[in-house]
Amino acid sequence: MYLSRLTLSHFRSHKLARLEVDSRPVAIYGPNGAGKTNLIEAVSLFSPGRGLRRASAAEMARRPEAVGWKIAGLVHGAGEPHEVEFTSEAGAARVVQVDGKSASQVQLGQIARAVWLVPAMDRLWIEGAEGRRRFLDRVTLSFAPDHAQLSLDYEKAMRERNRLLKEQVRDAHWYKALELQMARAGARIDANRRDALERLRAAQEGAETAFPVAELEMVQSEGAMPEGEADLLAALQESRFRDLAAGRTLVGPHRSDVYGVFAAKGVPAAECSTGEQKALLISLILANARALSSEIGAIPILLLDEVAAHLDAGRRAALYDEICALGAQAWMTGTGPELFAELGGRAQVVEVDQDGSLRQL
Amino acid sequence: MSGTDEIERLIELMSRLPGLGPRSARRAVLHLIRKRALLLKPLAQSMQVVADTARECLNCGNVGTSDICALCEDEGRANGLLCVVEDVADLWAMERANVFKGRYHVLGGTLSALDGIGPDDLRIPQLKQRITAEAVSEVVLALNATIDGQTTAHYIADQLEGTVTLTSLAQGVPIGGELDYLDDGTITAALNARKPL
Repeated sequence: MYLSRLTLSHFRSHKLARLEVDSRPVAIYGPNGAGKTNLIEAVSLFSPGRGLRRASAAEMARRPEAVGWKIAGLVHGAGEPHEVEFTSEAGAARVVQVDGKSASQVQLGQIARAVWLVPAMDRLWIEGAEGRRRFLDRVTLSFAPDHAQLSLDYEKAMRERNRLLKEQVRDAHWYKALELQMARAGARIDANRRDALERLRAAQEGAETAFPVAELEMVQSEGAMPEGEADLLAALQESRFRDLAAGRTLVGPHRSDVYGVFAAKGVPAAECSTGEQKALLISLILANARALSSEIGAIPILLLDEVAAHLDAGRRAALYDEICALGAQAWMTGTGPELFAELGGRAQVVEVDQDGSLRQL
Repeated sequence: MSGTDEIERLIELMSRLPGLGPRSARRAVLHLIRKRALLLKPLAQSMQVVADTARECLNCGNVGTSDICALCEDEGRANGLLCVVEDVADLWAMERANVFKGRYHVLGGTLSALDGIGPDDLRIPQLKQRITAEAVSEVVLALNATIDGQTTAHYIADQLEGTVTLTSLAQGVPIGGELDYLDDGTITAALNARKPL
């Protein structure tokens, strides 16, 4: 799948920006602060979710006007192309329209999917578990559209339970009512995540790639994750007194973490060099794209922000070769054109000036 | 501007009603003034009567004009069935369907620790009393399919377990609904609750 037209109006730093591209990769370069990432953030909104910065609609408005913003694009997938539009009026939540009709995030997911790699993820292997969990959940969401709702349901019930714990409420019936719902959603969240990890493993295993295989394993911050709804329910009930002492829920999928290993070397990802850590991430993103393409019958759009950072010329060339072999429309950013030299004529190049104006070369 | 403070005040009050904004409130007030005899005066009288007499039913929480509402007074509805709903609007929705012939119990909300609403803030203790006092044989939990609604349903079910038959409303394809327009969760629920033809 690919975008052939992108128009931004009052979105982030762009007052008005228009791009007409084809299905080849798009290399965007320009100085810091020119608005390169804003462009690919706009593309990320075509995939269900809150986009690559997880920002609210109000945060996406161009300042100081903050009058609201609009993004429009033409998405080509398996069937006929679709006109997709996002609008937000003066800080209100964004509204999605597909071919002139209001559409849900689920409907949007049937039209466009994107996977991305941003510099904030460079610290994925060495930061806290929350970042890795979020990464895993985004990969999982790309395979399981119900994952977002399950996560919301689980979080809501857990917040309620945590409030009871914090206020030292002793009503067992109330706890049980919430734990039933946490167990129902939590067990499915866990199953979805395991399924996603299995798909990534299979996609890495069968691929001819220059990037190192990352072996991923789901671990718990303590103990083991109870398998299935009944076991999770029992674990929550058993943990109640300990949770009361802690003032929060200590068992469940919100305590899961992902442990990564550089498979060829048998070295934990956290102990690899910065370049190797980046290479492992790229490997996973490419595996995600390959696994998704076999699932939805189209290659998702790739968004690679400052992807060349930490990669030597050899790895950069290998990445570009793989993107082209995959046939993905990859939107990539960098500070200078030399970072995309290895792509040659295989990509479309866009220069962003300091004032945000775009020039297609 | 409408021209006078009294009319402006009426417009302002009307615009606070659910579903009305300043623009629709102005249109409604203008319409009422034009239909003064036919609509405005009867409406004003009716509102005055309701303002003087409307109250919550002491038994079920429904809104009526006497201490015990007509539904609770109706002996024909004492058939052992009790339908638990979140608020009065849900009770009225059930009544519009004209299918359920038992009695109701309005909780007045749902459990929410985050909003500080506990069992004692709802009419759950009264529900337990009614089950014994009115010889209820089946409690139908007609609560919303939200986390708070289902937490409340599980809470009540846990409290009443073993004392009465507990049922809940089915979830699935609405009458006249097309599968194409349903979300994944509803289709899953409908499939899980499939029945032989």
